[in-house]
Amino acid sequence: MKERLEQLKQEALEKVTQAENIQSLKDVRVEYLGKKGPITEVLKGMGKLSKEERPVIGQLANEVREEVANAIETKQSRLEDEALERQLEEESIDVTLPGRPVQVGGPHLLTSIIEEIEDLFIGMGFEIKEGPEVETDYYNFEALNLPKGHPARDMQDSFYITEELLLRTHTSPVQARTMGKKNGSEPVKMICPGKVYRRDTDDATHSHQFTQIEGLLVDKNVRMTDLKGVLNTFAKQMFGEDRDIRLRPSFFPFTEPSVEMDISCKVCGGEGCSVCKRTGWIEILGAGMVHPNVLEMAGYDPKEYTGFAFGMGPERIAMLKYGVDDIRNFYTNDIRFLEQYHKA
Amino acid sequence: MLVSLNWLQEYIDVSAYKPEELAEIITKTGIEVESVEPVAEDVTGVVVGCVVSCEQHPNADKLSLCQVDVGTETLQIVCGAPNIAEGQKVAVATPGAVLPGNFKIKKTKLRGEVSNGMICSLQELGVDEKDVPAEFSEGIYVFPEDAETGVNAISLLNLDDIIIELGLTPNRSDAMSMAGVAYEVAAAIDGQYQLADEKVTPVEDKTEDHLSVQVEDPEANPYYGAFLIKDVQVGPSPLWMQNRLTASGVRPINNVVDITNYVLLEYGQPLHAFDYNRFESNEIVIRFAKDGEIIKTLDDQERKLSSNHLVITNGEEPHAIAGVMGGAKSEVQEDTSAIILEAAYFAPSVVRESSKDHGLRSESSSRFEKGVDPNRVERAGKRACELLEKYANGKVLSGVASFDQLDRSEKQVTIQTSRINDRLGTEISNEEIQDILRRLQFSYEQEGEEFKVTIPTRRGDVVLFEDMLEEVARIYGYDRLPFTLPEGSSQAGGLSLYQQLKRKTKAYFEGAGLNETITYSLTHESKATMLMSPEIEQEAKAPVGLAMPMSEDHSHLRLSILPEMLESLSYNVARKQHDIAYYELGTVFVSEEEQVTAQPNEVLRAAGALTGTWHTNPWQQEKKDVDFFVVKGVVEGLSEHLNIPFTYEKAKLSHMHPGRTAVVKAGDEIVGFIGQVHPKLQKELGLKETYVFDLNAEKLFTKYSKEEAFQTIPRYPSVSRDIALVVDREEAAGDIVSTISEAGAPLVKNVQVFDVYQGENLPEGKKSLAFNLLYLDPNRTLKDKEVEEAHDNILSAVQENHNAEVR
Ligand SMILES: [Zn+2]
Repeated sequence: MKERLEQLKQEALEKVTQAENIQSLKDVRVEYLGKKGPITEVLKGMGKLSKEERPVIGQLANEVREEVANAIETKQSRLEDEALERQLEEESIDVTLPGRPVQVGGPHLLTSIIEEIEDLFIGMGFEIKEGPEVETDYYNFEALNLPKGHPARDMQDSFYITEELLLRTHTSPVQARTMGKKNGSEPVKMICPGKVYRRDTDDATHSHQFTQIEGLLVDKNVRMTDLKGVLNTFAKQMFGEDRDIRLRPSFFPFTEPSVEMDISCKVCGGEGCSVCKRTGWIEILGAGMVHPNVLEMAGYDPKEYTGFAFGMGPERIAMLKYGVDDIRNFYTNDIRFLEQYHKA
Repeated sequence: MLVSLNWLQEYIDVSAYKPEELAEIITKTGIEVESVEPVAEDVTGVVVGCVVSCEQHPNADKLSLCQVDVGTETLQIVCGAPNIAEGQKVAVATPGAVLPGNFKIKKTKLRGEVSNGMICSLQELGVDEKDVPAEFSEGIYVFPEDAETGVNAISLLNLDDIIIELGLTPNRSDAMSMAGVAYEVAAAIDGQYQLADEKVTPVEDKTEDHLSVQVEDPEANPYYGAFLIKDVQVGPSPLWMQNRLTASGVRPINNVVDITNYVLLEYGQPLHAFDYNRFESNEIVIRFAKDGEIIKTLDDQERKLSSNHLVITNGEEPHAIAGVMGGAKSEVQEDTSAIILEAAYFAPSVVRESSKDHGLRSESSSRFEKGVDPNRVERAGKRACELLEKYANGKVLSGVASFDQLDRSEKQVTIQTSRINDRLGTEISNEEIQDILRRLQFSYEQEGEEFKVTIPTRRGDVVLFEDMLEEVARIYGYDRLPFTLPEGSSQAGGLSLYQQLKRKTKAYFEGAGLNETITYSLTHESKATMLMSPEIEQEAKAPVGLAMPMSEDHSHLRLSILPEMLESLSYNVARKQHDIAYYELGTVFVSEEEQVTAQPNEVLRAAGALTGTWHTNPWQQEKKDVDFFVVKGVVEGLSEHLNIPFTYEKAKLSHMHPGRTAVVKAGDEIVGFIGQVHPKLQKELGLKETYVFDLNAEKLFTKYSKEEAFQTIPRYPSVSRDIALVVDREEAAGDIVSTISEAGAPLVKNVQVFDVYQGENLPEGKKSLAFNLLYLDPNRTLKDKEVEEAHDNILSAVQENHNAEVR
């Protein structure tokens, strides 16, 4: 019987080896390990054996069973792996084909610039204030030290609606309105972005509609060096740590002293080139210490309160930062232009 | 203001500075230099030559053979200019000379004759075509007879000059004169300058015996001085004067006019010369014009005057519009022999009105409008007399006929060193203040740290402490100010809820695939009211229009963003960009008045326009064009994003597709509309199917509540059930959803349409709709029986309200 078992084992293992698919492997299992299989047969005939032989053969039969079962299992798992591999191979795709496009829009370049500046000043503790685009003559001019007949009114020819109403020519009226609400006793720390309008014929450098951001800080003991410090922080964050600023005298009716701020030219590093008109500097914004008449009209005592204000044009900053060469591009809304600056 | 450096050098020594350096200093201390330009390119080796003889070239018709004395020798030169003649003084480029464009002059032979140089035209010397006098534009330049043979022609013609252009701000009218610039430069470089005294040698005859001056309105004309100059010989002015005028952008005319212009540039005081004989009176009367009075001005224009225009009259008729332009009748001409020279102070506002009304802005009016220096008015008259004596052979009568109520007093401003330092954030010393005042030539009395500063009248812009603060700061130097940060009260900066919602809305649209535009607020009147949302249309009486628009295309404020946005779609499509999805967050201007008197309501709108393909992936055969439901999806997404439920009702709006338009409601209020643009308008704009939305962001933001936006995630399972109904085709799915929601409340949390079908297997005029319902109780697990009951309720409600048949 021993020989018979050995022989069966050899036969079974041989068939396992030869099995090429899961079905033939199943057949081997049924043939050798099934209830009617030869090993079972052998075990059935054990009654004829002696007491001593019985356990020996029984153990041997079990060993053979186990060995065959293991072989089947190993082979089966190998066949399954091979089958899966074949299947996955069939599922293979061309990974170089383009992906399904996800449509994403984006902000207008001017909005990106304005929000960048907003966030920068929010970081320095400024609030954002907004105001009407149709303004009264009082807030647009008079409250800003520009009485009727003031020669500087020529500087900004305006779109009037009635004698007393006009499209604001700057966002400064928002400053006047904000200050006016403080009863002359609270500090103001704000920036005001928005659309403004001037009587200009649209061309590469002029637009009858454009945007502006102005800032205002009114408090006790505000110094001109504070203005310089805040503008320096702004310029370095907006244009890069390696840029220098300089202030030079200028004139605005609502500030005294008035200055213009230049930043060092990025193209030539201050050496002078065509971009900076050989000066090494590029004009960025106007600023100054709030004129005592403006403070007074807003209800502040200019002996007690002082302040600074500044204003800049996002179009100009965009033109400098991104090389836009025609201001009309901002308002034509050509999709190719808009999409180009989504990364801005 | 154009400043000739050669001229300036005569007043103050700036030779130690390169022109660019000087420009930088001037810019940093006070006045922006806009450009630094040489009059001509580098030219060398050109001298004044005298044409000794001039003969026809033996071998060429159009050439002359000239012998030219250049001082050191006489050169034979072949010349092709038609205007060459014997005896002329000409500009000769001798061998070795270099002309603009690095053109080197060599000894050469022309048609067999030796030519030792070149006789030059002004253009060949690098003069701008526009600055070449007409008489020399077609040939060589000829010097006045008194030009000295052999001298450097380049400097004689002022071609070695450099022009600095100053960009003057309205406050610095003091620098609208060479004297003013010299004072400014002296302060900037710590140099020396004083306006020199005038030197006139009058004849005994007195002006006052021949002229009287009468001023009717002293406020409009506080000073009027008239000088009388006889025996004048009108002719060209000296070359140096012509050169300086040209360098300053003023065209030379004749010596009398040139002298008045020269003094205007030198002193900043406009003057006017009348031909005394043509003035036809010994009486000068300055008064406001009569309405309808006529004057023919120097430019030969007949101008109708009115009572706000100040005029200079001879007692009867006007001979000049004060400060703006003289009359043609008493214009100085070649035969003029006696002149009345006017030196006056006209009130800025008076000159501004005349110049504005007549559209005449001149070198004169622009100075009067800013206010001239009261202490220089009469001096300027004397200076002109001095020059008329010298260069027009004039006999100046003694004295001046004048009216004089002019305030020439100097104002005082008191400053304290500590207060200056508090404002600037600096530590400037008393000594430094003294030094700055000395450089500015402002006199002062000092007591400790207090300075009583006397402001010269040339600096009429310095009135307040703050003005002096600026003077100190700019001369001290803004570069020397340290950087500090504000020390005062601190506040947390940030965005208001409204501003946050604007950003949130923008971020949503961009995430949804839309690009932001910024369009013009001013539009054509017809477009201002086009595509208005119904709730705007209800409020707005008329679009707000400009009093004086620049063009019809930008004459009225918009009541809808869409017309200009559609215009930009059209622009893109015309450039083969067919797939566009735009949105804009911007204001429209709503006035409830027929005739605007008060500020209009500025209402923030969120509008969008979409056309072309919405999504495509060609190799997977995916292509979805924009349709109503794409746009509705975008709007529904916003509704969800802001947590404000919208409902949609079919509507007919002008310029919109009558069957594919809906108003959007939040609660009972209309908050905008969506739909397809009317095919007629689409066609006009060259657009294919285009869908738009326009929402009242202003109103939506007020409805937004952050607290309500968040709910706890349910802990108990929901139950899902479907319903399929057959209804009349006209039944709106939205209405059935409402019925289901109402009947199923509070357990039904969500109703979703998942199938719409009409056609085969359904009776005529019917459609089938399928809904998925979600039942949920946030506090416990629902029992089957409860769901069954609610479901039955719903079924009977839809049967009853919509005549629906359950499938
Ligand atoms: Zn540069």
